[in-house]
Amino acid sequence: MLVVVCAVWEAYKWIGERAEIRWPFPVNERTMPHVYDMVGQLFEPSRRNGPLLIDVLLDAALFTAREAAVGFALGASVGFLLAVALSESRLLQRGFLPYIVASQTVPILAIAPMVVVWVNPRLPESLAGWGAVALISAYLTFFPVAINTLRGLQSADPRAVELLRSYAASRWAILRKLRVPASFPFLFSALKISAPAAVVGAIIGELPSSIQDGLAGAILNFNQYYSSSPPSLWATNIVAAGLGIAFFAVVALAERLLVRRAPENVA
Amino acid sequence: MSSAPLAVSIKGLSKRFERGDVLALDAIDLDVRPGEFVSLIGPSGCGKSTLLRIIGDLIQPSEGAAEVNGKSAHQARLDRDYGIVFQDAVLYDWRTVTRNISLPLEMAGWDRRRRDERIREMLELVELTGFEKHHPWQLSGGMQQRVSIARALSFSPALLLMDEPFGALDEMTRERLNNELLRIWNETGSTVVFVTHSIAESVFLSTRVAVMSARPGRIAGIVEVDLPQPRGPETREHPRFAEHITQVRRLLREGHADEAVEGETEVALYVAEEGL
Repeated sequence: MLVVVCAVWEAYKWIGERAEIRWPFPVNERTMPHVYDMVGQLFEPSRRNGPLLIDVLLDAALFTAREAAVGFALGASVGFLLAVALSESRLLQRGFLPYIVASQTVPILAIAPMVVVWVNPRLPESLAGWGAVALISAYLTFFPVAINTLRGLQSADPRAVELLRSYAASRWAILRKLRVPASFPFLFSALKISAPAAVVGAIIGELPSSIQDGLAGAILNFNQYYSSSPPSLWATNIVAAGLGIAFFAVVALAERLLVRRAPENVA
Repeated sequence: MSSAPLAVSIKGLSKRFERGDVLALDAIDLDVRPGEFVSLIGPSGCGKSTLLRIIGDLIQPSEGAAEVNGKSAHQARLDRDYGIVFQDAVLYDWRTVTRNISLPLEMAGWDRRRRDERIREMLELVELTGFEKHHPWQLSGGMQQRVSIARALSFSPALLLMDEPFGALDEMTRERLNNELLRIWNETGSTVVFVTHSIAESVFLSTRVAVMSARPGRIAGIVEVDLPQPRGPETREHPRFAEHITQVRRLLREGHADEAVEGETEVALYVAEEGL
């Protein structure tokens, strides 16, 4: 797959340069650098006598990964607990669900600066700066988790519920032994959506926090130098995408280990 | 014998579903003595599954009451006096065979060692030893239903409620499981209330068949099945077997005399299905 993408990129570039394609953008070394230049750039010094670009980017990715991971864990937990509360109370569901949906119609770029301004001064030293960013990640994570888990909790076969009631099972036991395990395939679909979203959320959150240590700092930086060195920004994008894929892969692996289902029921 | 409470006692029981204002069950009286095997038979929509669920305290009657083992159905459910088997096995996908059977035992608070021992006995009873670690989707429909029976019997309930348990299975598997069910009934001495569509199945299995009429569900009549015990494949060739089938079929038809033609064809279909 990766090979195909690279091949298409290079083929378009090759044809575009010779046929002088002007639409949707002119094809040249600046708009579409060679794939091997992007990769090669990773192993060049980031600045004169500085460390290699890949080292700089991996440091930045690690910093962003910490924000995204904490935010993802926080958002997934909040989303899951919220779904449990909503599934157990019809009243809560009617009252709260519209607001949960509404929360996601607010553009994240608009509230990110506010979250940073509000939260940052209250954070202890160890969380300063990146803690607020994790919150923005969590904000992007909790929604798909809450909505999908809610559906999953309600997906339990009604006769399976009757069965547990026939054993005099309590509501809590029905939740624990039936509804929660029944929700796992839904939960993991949601986690797979929100894992890369948590990374995007972290990068977006870094922008208004003027955090220089993460991937957002690198993106802004190389954006400014794009005219002199296009492959650097592309290389940064590759690393950012890689981080999102890594998050997805961890969730997919956890699903394979934890969820034992009939093959046709695995999402 | 007379001092032991009835396994099931139903008096003047009616059930009206609010939605659509449908009278599903009307003035049902039914007693089941301990150790009996009673079938409820009737056309679709006659309320036989509803009646079974009321006995199990899974839904509430509109009038009248059901008693189980001399207690209210509610108390009997809390005391885990009955096990239930549905048309589909309703096994938990994410649990192995062993852990599916273990579920009611976990609810009853049995410790691990007692559970393991009982599960082993149950697997022997339904002849599934060797399939402990399988997941439900790796089993055939008949095997799944046997797991479901083992699960219902695992905590030794005095009463077994079965809602068309073999309805989704092919004819050959159904006959084999009929024989197995009778063997299990003889071995455990439990009482069975069995809902079915099949006339032959009801006569073959039961000590009594309660024939129900279509909506509103009433008991049209009860057939005492006077066939020698223990029963086996030869029972189907017994001269009285055909006689009882005729009796049940006649009651089904009477129950339908004042009903829409629709119901009549349904019964005709069941009879045709069985080729009797």
